[in-house]
Amino acid sequence: MDEKTYLNMDLLRFTTAGSVDDGKSTLIGRLLYDSKTLFEDQLENLERLSQQRGEELNLALLTDGLRAEREQGITIDVAYRYFATPVRKFIIADTPGHIQYTRNMVTGASTANLALILVDARNGVTEQTHRHIFIASLLQIPHFAICINKMDLVDYKQEVYDSIKTEIEDFISKLSIPDITFIPISALLGDNVVNASKNMDWYHGPTLLYHLEDVHIGSDENLVDCRFPVQYVIRPRSDKYHDYRGYAGKIASGIFKPGDSVIVLPSGFTTTIKTIESPQGEIDEAFPPMSVVMQLADDLDISRGDMLVRPHNTPFISQDIDCMVCWMNTKPLNPGTRYIIRHTTREIKGIIKEIQYKIDINTLHRISEVTSLALNEIGRITIRAAQPLFFDSYEHNRTTGSIILIDEATNETVGAGMIREPSPKVPEKKK
Amino acid sequence: MKRYYLNHLQKLEAESIYVIREVAAQFERPVLLFSGGKDSIVLGHLSKKAFAPAKIPYPLLHIDTGHNFPEVLSFRDAVVKYLDVRLLVGSVQNSIDTGRVKDETGKFATRNYLQSTTLLDAIHEHKFDAAIGGGRRDEEKARAKERFFSHRNDFGQWDPKNQRPELWDLYNGRKHHGEHFRVFPLSNWTELDIWQYILKENIQIPSIYFSHTRDCIIRDGVIYAYSEYLHLDEVEKKKLKSMTVRFRTVGDMTCTGAVRSDARTVEDIVQEVAAYRISERGNRADDKRSENSLEDRKKEGYF
Repeated sequence: MDEKTYLNMDLLRFTTAGSVDDGKSTLIGRLLYDSKTLFEDQLENLERLSQQRGEELNLALLTDGLRAEREQGITIDVAYRYFATPVRKFIIADTPGHIQYTRNMVTGASTANLALILVDARNGVTEQTHRHIFIASLLQIPHFAICINKMDLVDYKQEVYDSIKTEIEDFISKLSIPDITFIPISALLGDNVVNASKNMDWYHGPTLLYHLEDVHIGSDENLVDCRFPVQYVIRPRSDKYHDYRGYAGKIASGIFKPGDSVIVLPSGFTTTIKTIESPQGEIDEAFPPMSVVMQLADDLDISRGDMLVRPHNTPFISQDIDCMVCWMNTKPLNPGTRYIIRHTTREIKGIIKEIQYKIDINTLHRISEVTSLALNEIGRITIRAAQPLFFDSYEHNRTTGSIILIDEATNETVGAGMIREPSPKVPEKKK
Repeated sequence: MKRYYLNHLQKLEAESIYVIREVAAQFERPVLLFSGGKDSIVLGHLSKKAFAPAKIPYPLLHIDTGHNFPEVLSFRDAVVKYLDVRLLVGSVQNSIDTGRVKDETGKFATRNYLQSTTLLDAIHEHKFDAAIGGGRRDEEKARAKERFFSHRNDFGQWDPKNQRPELWDLYNGRKHHGEHFRVFPLSNWTELDIWQYILKENIQIPSIYFSHTRDCIIRDGVIYAYSEYLHLDEVEKKKLKSMTVRFRTVGDMTCTGAVRSDARTVEDIVQEVAAYRISERGNRADDKRSENSLEDRKKEGYF
């Protein structure tokens, strides 16, 4: 691998959903093995473990990293796997299909560029398929790859593939999914995983690996709405840098340039960007997901939790948050309860005003008049924050549109929220 | 659209710097766990970048087993000078002398397992509330389930079945008195990424990572460097031979295996790592004690 190759490698994060029965582990095992990421000692260890348990080679043992998981034969937690081809490096968030399904899939999906969803060709579209697709669309994963697996067990028939594809297309017409690709595969035999299948001449699309390497992720970032949450203030307090004040953070969205005028929220002061430094030194343009340090033309009182934005393109500013929330704790969510809201680099107290409805994730039906949300349930809620938040809708901005809720007593992360655009009459958009 | 694009190393670097700054912002007394190995050296390098032109706002902590590679120890002091940070040392020998732990004896004795006590004692003594470590999820399957911000209870223990969900880049470092966090900014890096980054950034690393010739003994298929800390029986003493090797990881001399290698430069190592068929920790005796070895040690407070 020469210098040019590794410097031009892309990074794609994808999440896999499915249960053991769908052949998910087999598929991951095949991707790792065919890309030479599964090492010999790991494979030998896997063979030995499988034999001890009296099983054929069980690739699930590869991702079941914890003792409890191996003992119970179930996957409890999200496991992260890594492999690379000469084109791209991949991070797989492998989420379990059974226990804590929603909580884990939401976690894995929150950082993914692509959702890989497996459907067993013999069983067709199931409730679980609906759940996977719904959660991935709720988390706004930009790309979907639907793998119709076990094609070998349905004699590689095009009709089977076509009817599943049509059924899924009908279902997703109700959801917002920007990019979707269907691939008929056999993870076990390798058809259309890395190499094109010789058994399905009716299919002319890409293999899964080709698709993963090729899918265009360059436009996934929001390059329009400039948002820079201040993470940390750098003040050297040395003789050489006596007056230095650098505002460090990650560009959430938009493109910032030295010379740009910016508004500081919440104070509302306007100033100009003097310099932007990246880990490689001074730069002319900063864009997501860069970690940078900005110096500003004026000395202002700016601290962690403040946000730099551009004039004429400001976020919503409101204490009332309307969001979809996925509940992640055994202690249910009840209206009237106080939580800590973590949003970008801020922490604010808030109270749950109302549960508008919860969603039956198998049918997508809304259930109104609910009094609480239990573990792994998803619902739409209204929160009143102690101070105004500066936010965008999750649909437009995955960084400034997301929050987590933290239990004040236990400090546990109990909920994940995706903010919805406020209805016009409630908050005003600040000019 | 290629204009607004970061390659994989730039994305990983940006993510790690974000996590490192998040530690400085969320915790009062962080510390960086420094072994002298490549991962902790990369962490030091990233820390320097994260806070420049200010100093790194936390000290380095080395848990010294007393069984170090001498090359690594001298290198450690050079790095500390370059990073312009304070170095704290937690001594396993001291923990043994004060009766906190008991040294293992016999042929397979290693101080690897004793480190957890020394580490937790140091965290307690200095009231550290966050310990930044170089652990990566690709290293071992127990680590694959680890969070960026990993909670430890007031006994320093990890509860892998009851971890906080970690969503987007919203890290929850809230804790009760006496509890602490382990933070792993390099979670998403692989061994190859580390070496590519070392090459790109021209980061200095200890000489034992490069091919060299030294006296070695092969035990259970693993090549160990000869040292006074390694207990050899009479048969083994006769089998000592000079070999051309390098190390893929840096740990205690008694449990770190070498690989045969002619890699003399970082470029050579990148090529070699890209072609490896054995995992990085495949040569670590400490991980071989049982299938749950690393998980069990991590639960008790290990790195």
